[in-house]
Amino acid sequence: MRYTLFLYSNEADFADVSKADMDESKAAFGAYIGALKEAGVFVDTDWLQPSMTATTITLKGGERRVQDGPYADTKDQLGGYFVLDVADLDAALDWAAKCPSVHYGYVEVRPTAFPA
Amino acid sequence: MTDAAARATEVARASYGRLVALLAARSGDIAGAEDALGDAFARALQRWPEEGVPDRPDAWLMTVARNRMKDRWKSAAECRRAPEAAAEDIMAEITAIDPEGIPDARLRLMFVCAHPAIDAKVRTPLMLQVVLGLDVATIGPAFLVPPATLAQRLVRAKRKVRDAAIPFSLPGREHMPERLDAVLEAIYGAFSVEAGEELREEAVYLSDMMAALMPESAEVLGLGALLLFASARDAAARVEGRFVPLAEQNVGLWDRMRLRRAEVMLARAGAMGDLGRFQLEAAIQAVHCDRAKTGETDWRAIEHLYVGLMQTAPTVGAAVGQAAAVGEVHGPRAGLTALDRIEADALAVHQPGWAVRAHLLARDGQTRAAAAAYDRALGLSSDAAVRAWLSARRDALSPQRI
Repeated sequence: MRYTLFLYSNEADFADVSKADMDESKAAFGAYIGALKEAGVFVDTDWLQPSMTATTITLKGGERRVQDGPYADTKDQLGGYFVLDVADLDAALDWAAKCPSVHYGYVEVRPTAFPA
Repeated sequence: MTDAAARATEVARASYGRLVALLAARSGDIAGAEDALGDAFARALQRWPEEGVPDRPDAWLMTVARNRMKDRWKSAAECRRAPEAAAEDIMAEITAIDPEGIPDARLRLMFVCAHPAIDAKVRTPLMLQVVLGLDVATIGPAFLVPPATLAQRLVRAKRKVRDAAIPFSLPGREHMPERLDAVLEAIYGAFSVEAGEELREEAVYLSDMMAALMPESAEVLGLGALLLFASARDAAARVEGRFVPLAEQNVGLWDRMRLRRAEVMLARAGAMGDLGRFQLEAAIQAVHCDRAKTGETDWRAIEHLYVGLMQTAPTVGAAVGQAAAVGEVHGPRAGLTALDRIEADALAVHQPGWAVRAHLLARDGQTRAAAAAYDRALGLSSDAAVRAWLSARRDALSPQRI
């Protein structure tokens, strides 16, 4: 069963992180990805640029409208995601609880609409 | 009711949850399992009166329900978690199950219903429906929710169980304490809903069942004991429709058998050396119930137990109970001081809090304030018998001092 973990956190918390902090964070995510791969549950991931780089587009209403910024302007913003393949929700939650960002943000766990 | 119908009803209560659990475990499709089982029970009511009740009614119901599910899966890709090819495997697996062979199937279902991924306010109704087979019309009024709204919430919860693949397995050691707590909390919720007197017995049944399935867990036994102690007094708390408060109850009307079972259960829990919230609450009830033997209430013991309860599970209800105990031991002024230490916003809408305040004020001779507190308690009570009792208390306050 595939689950996607959406990583939300408050970007303001990282406004002035040092290079050392950044390196530490990258190492932590690297180790996490390593653990996911070793357990054979890793499918995909990406780490996203801050939401100020986001552009939102819609054709809803018939015309093409492009807008600066993320879809929802909330305090906590999507910063990355993981796609995992695990047995069930409990397993997905256990992996989510090991994601480094869970200590400073929220991880939303969603099941795939196309179970194998 | 015919014998066969009575037997079907009895089997329904005892087996419903187990059969739902077995039928839904692999697919996660609780709603589908319930539909199939509903058909099977309907069939049983037709056939059993003519053909007699089968030797193994569970197995009979399971076979009929299984065939129903098979038919439906053939006609549509109903099972989203495992469509087409996998459906065959699941059927083979279900077919291989001996319904009496997995004693903890219902236990697993309890953990599904009280999973943290399920909205906390739906857990209790979900448990009552899925484990006991109660219908929405019975459950809804107790939770002050229109049946249609409740039905919607239950459908949504079952869909989540299926689509998010909440597992039908027991939590591992690491998560067991918090997960078990949620299960016990949900059962307690069925026992304590204000408008739900008819659900109290169902909660007692569920906690008994839990005690049989997890006899090694102290808090499970603690909850079992608590509900037995509290429900043993039900007949004495309502006499000819009138509400009778604990202190005025005729102990001769208390259910001695139940009290005895509660004592045994609490003693077994206590011997495990793993004290928790429900054991403390049960112990408080045990002291109250000792009045049947000693003729008096040991308020000092109760006060002491409340200190422990407030350290373990500091709820508004516990704080109010503690204030009442303090009032009995150290006088009404001390009780009122204890009440004033409780968080005011929570206390403002807490009916027992106002009733205790009124009682303490009346004892302290502050009649006018007592009358006002009774009025507040009245405004927060929906139970007609309790309201009648509160008004009588207020009216009995000495008039010259109002």
